[in-house]
Amino acid sequence: MSEAALIEAEDVAQRFGDRTIFEHVRFSVMPREIFVILGGSGCGKSTLMRQMIGLLPPTAGRVMVLGHDMHAADADVLTRIGVMFQGGALFGNKTLLENVMLPLEMHTELPREARATLAAVKLGLVGLADAANRQPAEISGGMAKRCAIARALALDPPLLFLDEPAAGLDPITSAGLDKLILDLRAQLGISFVVVSHELTSILTIGDRCIMLDREARGIIATGNPSKLRDESQDPRVQAFFRRSAKVNE
Amino acid sequence: MALRVTHHDGRLTLRFDGPLDLPATASLWTQTLTAARHAGGKIALDVTQVPNCDTAGATLLAAAETASGGADLIGANAEIVALLDLVRAARKVPASPAPDHQADPLRQAARAALNGLAFLGEVVVAVVRAPARRRMIPRRDLLALTDDAGVRAIPLVLLLGFLMGLILAFQSSIPLRRFGAEIYVVNLVTISLVRELGPLLAAVILAGRTGSAFAAELGTMVVNDEVAAITTMGIDPVTMLVLPRLLATLLVMPGLALLLEMAGLGGMTLVMGTLGFPPVAVLHQAVGSARLSDLLQGLVKASVFGAAVSIIGCRTGLGAGLGPRAVGEAATAAVVGGIFATIVLDGIFTVLFYRLHL
Repeated sequence: MSEAALIEAEDVAQRFGDRTIFEHVRFSVMPREIFVILGGSGCGKSTLMRQMIGLLPPTAGRVMVLGHDMHAADADVLTRIGVMFQGGALFGNKTLLENVMLPLEMHTELPREARATLAAVKLGLVGLADAANRQPAEISGGMAKRCAIARALALDPPLLFLDEPAAGLDPITSAGLDKLILDLRAQLGISFVVVSHELTSILTIGDRCIMLDREARGIIATGNPSKLRDESQDPRVQAFFRRSAKVNE
Repeated sequence: MALRVTHHDGRLTLRFDGPLDLPATASLWTQTLTAARHAGGKIALDVTQVPNCDTAGATLLAAAETASGGADLIGANAEIVALLDLVRAARKVPASPAPDHQADPLRQAARAALNGLAFLGEVVVAVVRAPARRRMIPRRDLLALTDDAGVRAIPLVLLLGFLMGLILAFQSSIPLRRFGAEIYVVNLVTISLVRELGPLLAAVILAGRTGSAFAAELGTMVVNDEVAAITTMGIDPVTMLVLPRLLATLLVMPGLALLLEMAGLGGMTLVMGTLGFPPVAVLHQAVGSARLSDLLQGLVKASVFGAAVSIIGCRTGLGAGLGPRAVGEAATAAVVGGIFATIVLDGIFTVLFYRLHL
């Protein structure tokens, strides 16, 4: 028997006024999969992710996450997903430990000692155990992203959404984050939806991807990122993977 | 999920039954750790009946293991063993102590005073060099700042001044009426407003409206690296950002203080009217009670208070730390520091004018 998909996007569209960002978007994300949404700037990658995490209702179609229509779902579903925003979105007036403890405090009956222990373990998993008592303003961008992943992991969700995890990071830090994502999948069996346009990262971690295109207003390619790079005949896909600039841009 | 606590041959066994996930961990945490802490030695953790476990459950097992000083795991499947190893490894590195942000208060105050003095020195240098650096002073900003700090504050200044004059006149008329000396209410209110309350209240309004806005605006610029960008472009941030603000407050403060005093006298005239004194008599008494030097003293004080509020607002903004909280803290410090400095300066002026027989 095949496993049920964690995410099903059914003919999803997004328009802002007269402007269509994308339409007829269909895909599914399977358990333990690292699914990458890629494409150039302005193609709607982050918009699609905002639909999946319930921040933006689709103009048409629906997105089912863990069996729930995210637009109509109650808040309980949100405790079963974790989200890392591009800049980390850590709370500046809390320590890293307190940032990770926050979801546990809001959604569980755990005593304070237990919350602190669990949060410390999550920080340990992302390699930030020794920085638990530091403030977000005192850490680097890469550490902030790791901490945001630890916070997203706080409630042990089966599904994590990462928005541009490699953006703004040096290659070594970025590679470290890629390794962390692969380790977490291997160790905890978590599925990831990653929005990215960083080629190295996409090719390292992605099992499957969809490529959005601004002009096509939708998906132009689906498959394994490495295979798409090597085998796709679509000039837009080739241009993306070969980093060729368009003459008119 | 259930927990059974049993003893075999003097050894404590904690037997878990059911999935060991986050909700189960929440319900079993206290019971498990209490039992483990009181075991008095190595315990056994029986997870034979645990079909699955997440990191929360594995953390509970690891915490029980630590609390009892060691544990044997019984009946664990490969998944639980792997998760427990992962959690043990994650718990190995202790957290570094929190950086000491709460240093000795005296030392902090001394450092703040020194930094304030250094900033004042920078402002003086910028003022001296301003003619040579006048390109760095954005004139359009100066106009906008003058409008914001002065013109837009006028309604509030008028309202506050009017009410203050009205309240002062009414409160002082009650005791003075007993001596038939109601007319001296005019002397009391006029001198109070012109010498003290006019400049003081205008400075408080400036600190609340403009000082905090300066701090927030400059603090945000620091957080966004805009000040760093200005510096790396070879532009002096004090000349470009502080001098226009200082100049704007120096320009508007005498005007604001004067308006507040006029509005206060208006409020007083209204009360005196209800006591049977016509406006002409009140005006005559007011002019006779205050000298030109009183008015000038008030206006000089207003300018100095304005400069202090402006410099403190800019200093707290440019000295803001990182993160969104820093901007809020800078704005608060600007208001508190501005009002505090105004009151201290007012005390100094009082002594100075008394000594100079002004």
